[in-house]
Amino acid sequence: MKAGLSIADCERLVASYPYAFRPSFRRRVALTAGVAVGFGAFCFGVLRLDFDFGRLGSGFRQLAWFLELMVPPSPGQHLTVYLYAMGETLAIAFLGTLLASAFAFVAGFCAARNVLPIWIARFSTRRLFDAIRGIDMLVWALIWINVVGLGPFAGVLAIATSDFGALGKLFSEAIETIDERQIDGVRAAGGGRISEIRFGVVPQVLPIVAGQILYFIESNTRSATIIGIVGAGGIGLHLAEQIRTLEWRQVSFIVLLILGAVAAIDFVSSRLRAGMTISG
Amino acid sequence: MVKLVAVLPDRQVAPLLRVYGAAVRTRRLRGAAAVAVAAICIAVAAWSAGIEPSRLFEHVGRFTSYFDRLLRLDSGARVWTGPAEWLWGWRRWLRLLGDTVLMAYVGTCLGAVGAFLLSFFAAENLARSGWSRFLVRRSLEFCRTVPDLVFALVFVVAFGLGPVPGVLAIAIHSLGSLGKQFFEVVENIEMAPVAGLEATGAGFAAIVRFAVLPQVLPGFASYALLRFEINVRGATVLGFVGAGGVGQDLIEAIRKFYYSDVSAILLMIIATVVLLDVTTERLRRTLSETPQ
Repeated sequence: MKAGLSIADCERLVASYPYAFRPSFRRRVALTAGVAVGFGAFCFGVLRLDFDFGRLGSGFRQLAWFLELMVPPSPGQHLTVYLYAMGETLAIAFLGTLLASAFAFVAGFCAARNVLPIWIARFSTRRLFDAIRGIDMLVWALIWINVVGLGPFAGVLAIATSDFGALGKLFSEAIETIDERQIDGVRAAGGGRISEIRFGVVPQVLPIVAGQILYFIESNTRSATIIGIVGAGGIGLHLAEQIRTLEWRQVSFIVLLILGAVAAIDFVSSRLRAGMTISG
Repeated sequence: MVKLVAVLPDRQVAPLLRVYGAAVRTRRLRGAAAVAVAAICIAVAAWSAGIEPSRLFEHVGRFTSYFDRLLRLDSGARVWTGPAEWLWGWRRWLRLLGDTVLMAYVGTCLGAVGAFLLSFFAAENLARSGWSRFLVRRSLEFCRTVPDLVFALVFVVAFGLGPVPGVLAIAIHSLGSLGKQFFEVVENIEMAPVAGLEATGAGFAAIVRFAVLPQVLPGFASYALLRFEINVRGATVLGFVGAGGVGQDLIEAIRKFYYSDVSAILLMIIATVVLLDVTTERLRRTLSETPQ
């Protein structure tokens, strides 16, 4: 038998399976039009937002100069202040996430179809989650500053509110995808509604919920670094101040501090998550 | 009722109960230890963040009254009784919101193009040299760990006030997060087409174009759309630091206590975000349904 294909074989194959060799006309038109629209929108955006190449050039030159000024990183006279603020940031992320998950855990049950089969309760809880998620964490921080004053407490409450929306949605989805047979089992053994949730639902969702809480603590460590910019505590206040006063060596020190803290939290939480999947 | 459960004699039950009791006890101990550790962490965190629940309880009325004031016009009437007065600045806010969406779009495009180019050098199955992989991955990590607002602060100093620093901040942050998602997509491709092209003697560019791209493009597009959604939300607050968009007006309204303006702008932001979410979700669904 011959190993290769002859030219005639190739031509026969192309003739019998045209679409394998040339995509259909409609798909090509749709693709070209899509790319053209996307590129057009991009060009419009660049013009509308006044990208000026002269300004861009001088900006990048300035950036390069800032980078030069950033080495070597140094905390100046404020090492303890920065370390304390970093600890405060971690505390804000940790407490905010815990507070959010405590409320979201309860509300998640209200938004889950299989636990609370009341249409109106589910619908209103879901829309509440959506509205809360639609407002950015920084706006929540500004609102809470009006209530409890400037400081880390407002930051904790801001993270708690904005994550309540996100975690509530995730928790209710986790509850909705559980295995119904465990609930049936509890019911068959004579358990009431509360026992059904305690022994049929909670053991199934707890590992998922714990994993998501850890993940959110991780990502909130990043967000907590910026809520200080509006005055809600943590390292962000110092970072914004040092950028505005052009103390670049201190800026780079704070950024490195943030990177280190985030890496440490990532490490701890990935270890914890790995431990949970093994024991669960 | 007929009893159908078999009852074991006590002699057999006793050891089973003992083992069960021991198992339950170790679980409870472990649970108590976890709770104790968490409680200590909470106490330390609460102490260092200066949490005073009493302050919250004292002032919680301000939270509800704040929302009450948000929903009142200057005259004291509810906002929905005078929509024309409530949304008096809708032309300006709509234009600013349009700018915000454009900022997110242009930033996402720039970031996606960068991430697209870098992802092939960060993927384990395509990039041969270990050090290029290491370098690309570390710089992507840096781009996504530093929050976009921090980049925006620095860029505002370098480029001046306006949407340009905002776009660049979004672009850099998207580069970091999309780059990671993209190279993970590249690492999960079927390697047979790559081997086939290598056998024909194709170069790196040809391999990427004919063996990798057809497999990864739908995944790339869907991640980029998702990132665009996130960036629109993020772009609404970039104005807080002077980086353009609707955020500038929002923070001014909040700081100057123009309550009805705050609620009007927030309403328009939420409406825009929900509308874009629905649109991009539909786009993503058509993307995943098209036969490849």
